[in-house]
Amino acid sequence: MRHTLSVTVEDKPGVLARIASLCARRGFNIRSLSVGPLHLPGLSKITLVVDDVEVEQVTKQLHKLVNVLKISELDPDDSLEREVLLARIAANSDNRREVRDAAEVFGATTLDVGGDSITFELCDHPSRLGDFLKLVEHYGVLDLVKSGRVALARGAKAKAVTNQ
Amino acid sequence: MQTITGAIALIKALEREGVDVVFGVPGGAILPAYDPLLDSPIRHVLARHEQGAGHMAEGYAHATGKVGVVIATSGPGATNIMTPLQDALMDSVPLVAITGQVASSSMGNDAFQEAATTGMAMHCTKHSYLITRVEEIATVVHEAFHLASSGRRGPVLIDIPKDLLAAEVEWVDLEPIDLPGYRPTTSGHPRQIRQAIDLLMSSERPVLYVGGGVIAAEANAELLAFAEAAQVPVTTTLMARGAFPDSHPLAMGMPGMHGTYTAVTAIQKSDLLVALGTRFDDRVTGNPATFAPGAKVIHVDVDPAEIGKVRNAEVPIVGDAKVVLDQLSKEMAKRTGPAPPGRSAWLETVAKWQDQHPLRYDQTEDGPVKAQFVVEQLFEATDGQAIVVSGVGQHQMWASQFWSFSRPRTWINSGGLGTMGFAVPAAIGAKVACPDELVVAIDGDGSFQMTFQELVTAASEGIPVKVVLINNGGHGMVRQWQTLFYRRRYSATDLNTGYPDYPALAEATGWVGIQAATPAEVRPAIQKMLGIDDRPVLLEVRTDPEEMVWPMVPAGGSCDDILLGPEDLQ
Repeated sequence: MRHTLSVTVEDKPGVLARIASLCARRGFNIRSLSVGPLHLPGLSKITLVVDDVEVEQVTKQLHKLVNVLKISELDPDDSLEREVLLARIAANSDNRREVRDAAEVFGATTLDVGGDSITFELCDHPSRLGDFLKLVEHYGVLDLVKSGRVALARGAKAKAVTNQ
Repeated sequence: MQTITGAIALIKALEREGVDVVFGVPGGAILPAYDPLLDSPIRHVLARHEQGAGHMAEGYAHATGKVGVVIATSGPGATNIMTPLQDALMDSVPLVAITGQVASSSMGNDAFQEAATTGMAMHCTKHSYLITRVEEIATVVHEAFHLASSGRRGPVLIDIPKDLLAAEVEWVDLEPIDLPGYRPTTSGHPRQIRQAIDLLMSSERPVLYVGGGVIAAEANAELLAFAEAAQVPVTTTLMARGAFPDSHPLAMGMPGMHGTYTAVTAIQKSDLLVALGTRFDDRVTGNPATFAPGAKVIHVDVDPAEIGKVRNAEVPIVGDAKVVLDQLSKEMAKRTGPAPPGRSAWLETVAKWQDQHPLRYDQTEDGPVKAQFVVEQLFEATDGQAIVVSGVGQHQMWASQFWSFSRPRTWINSGGLGTMGFAVPAAIGAKVACPDELVVAIDGDGSFQMTFQELVTAASEGIPVKVVLINNGGHGMVRQWQTLFYRRRYSATDLNTGYPDYPALAEATGWVGIQAATPAEVRPAIQKMLGIDDRPVLLEVRTDPEEMVWPMVPAGGSCDDILLGPEDLQ
């Protein structure tokens, strides 16, 4: 079972290391992790996706870290999730048009066109990134990078993050 | 505005926390902090190894409940305290460790005596700090003491680069602690308290399963009041020996791998476990799937992560044991209904088990000395008025089993981590904390040999502790497992080499050395030891290498299959 946790932390040195090493030590398998500063000074938000775990233990253990302020589990049906993908897809003069058309179906942006490849950017729900990859796979994926997941609860579920 | 050095700020900050003694070993990176110590009323106990200093600080903390302080230098000084830090983490001992670090400009360059101290300490502390600005020192010391001594107690490390100890700073008054991510819950939720008493009032076979959290919370009086009012039998784990008087009719002794038949069986047959400040450790539960199979669980702990970690709790109560026990007593006092019908039969059953299956051993008049006999003789000779400190192994189990504890903080040992070598330095720390108490370490020869350089510390610093060395010539507990589970193939457990000559070793380090080798010699030797107050004394007792600790629930086995003695093997 996969769980997405939204973790508000104090922006102190080592806080990411504490979270990562706690997960390693307790056998919590991190699927994805992304971190960035919040709009409030001194705070950051981490989106943590963990696999095959008792999520209650993860939450409780993370809460024991002094720099962790708030943890909420995001319901996948009631939250907004995004990942960014950059992919260099094989494309020559014969099929360049076809590859671009396919990518545009997904709303992917063309970042760079080379002699034998096109690099696309796609920011979307993680499942859409999967669908996109399936579609372009047979042209040949030359290189690929994906960001960690970021997520927010949807409107009614969402509470404003304030500095206490 | 006058400025002071970071080192002076550090020592002043320790003084402000009420620190009266620190245990440590100096070195290059921590050097600046040792200079203002000379002008401070704080006593510094110079250990012979940083691990010893750490265990001394733990002994001090165990004996008093106050925060123990250990100081070490960078690199090897810091790596040497990782064992005490992990020990303190496992047993929830309030500790503040201060380590010197190489200068900020050298950090990360593999400088002389550099180690990634905070990185290493991440897993073996409750929290750790790397000081990056001299202004932080005083504030961080205050936070560290707060963290170490509140909520679930534990070790906190402060790593300070040498240049920041030398840097100048203004001394400022304390500001309120600002730790938004740390707000331990102390009182139990009223609904949970009501549910707990509902369950208790309807249970026929309840057991109070008491852990070290009760001692940490100073809740022994509240426990006694609650147990008596509720008429529930009590088992105290290895970390909770002394939390409830062993002489009390409701006391069942220790649960777990080497627990009493009564405690182990009562848990197995219970319909309700009231777990207080305890964590369902594998040494208590054996196979958790078969542990107390018919029991519902009320789990009280100040650390929410312990509740539900091993065993699901029907009634989870996050809170401080002292506060929650008081809440439970008050809630129970409101109820007026009769006790459930089975309750008196339960207490009779428990009493019957105690009668039928007491702890036992056989000491023949001319046979080898049994360690259990030594513990009982020591108890009688001291009237039980001592702080008992132990190492790790068979002697630890026998001391816990055969000493009748009557008050908290009189049993100091390494429970969770099982750190051999704990006894001698922890006893020194306890004696420093309680100079008017008799402090006796009951140690094993294997355990003793891991830290015995601290004998020198005790003699040099004038700390008259006593060590009763149970010398069975080997790593007895490992040997016991080899006897039981490895077809008596004794691999690397024999220490019976003739070395060291323990009394001579004692004398060489400024101690009095005494030896007893027969049952008849034991009591006079103890009396002689107790008669010496001005020097530390080591009494070596040669004991039976074949003796094993019973009862025993084999690791990972079911508590239903408790073995009472060698006759139960097949």
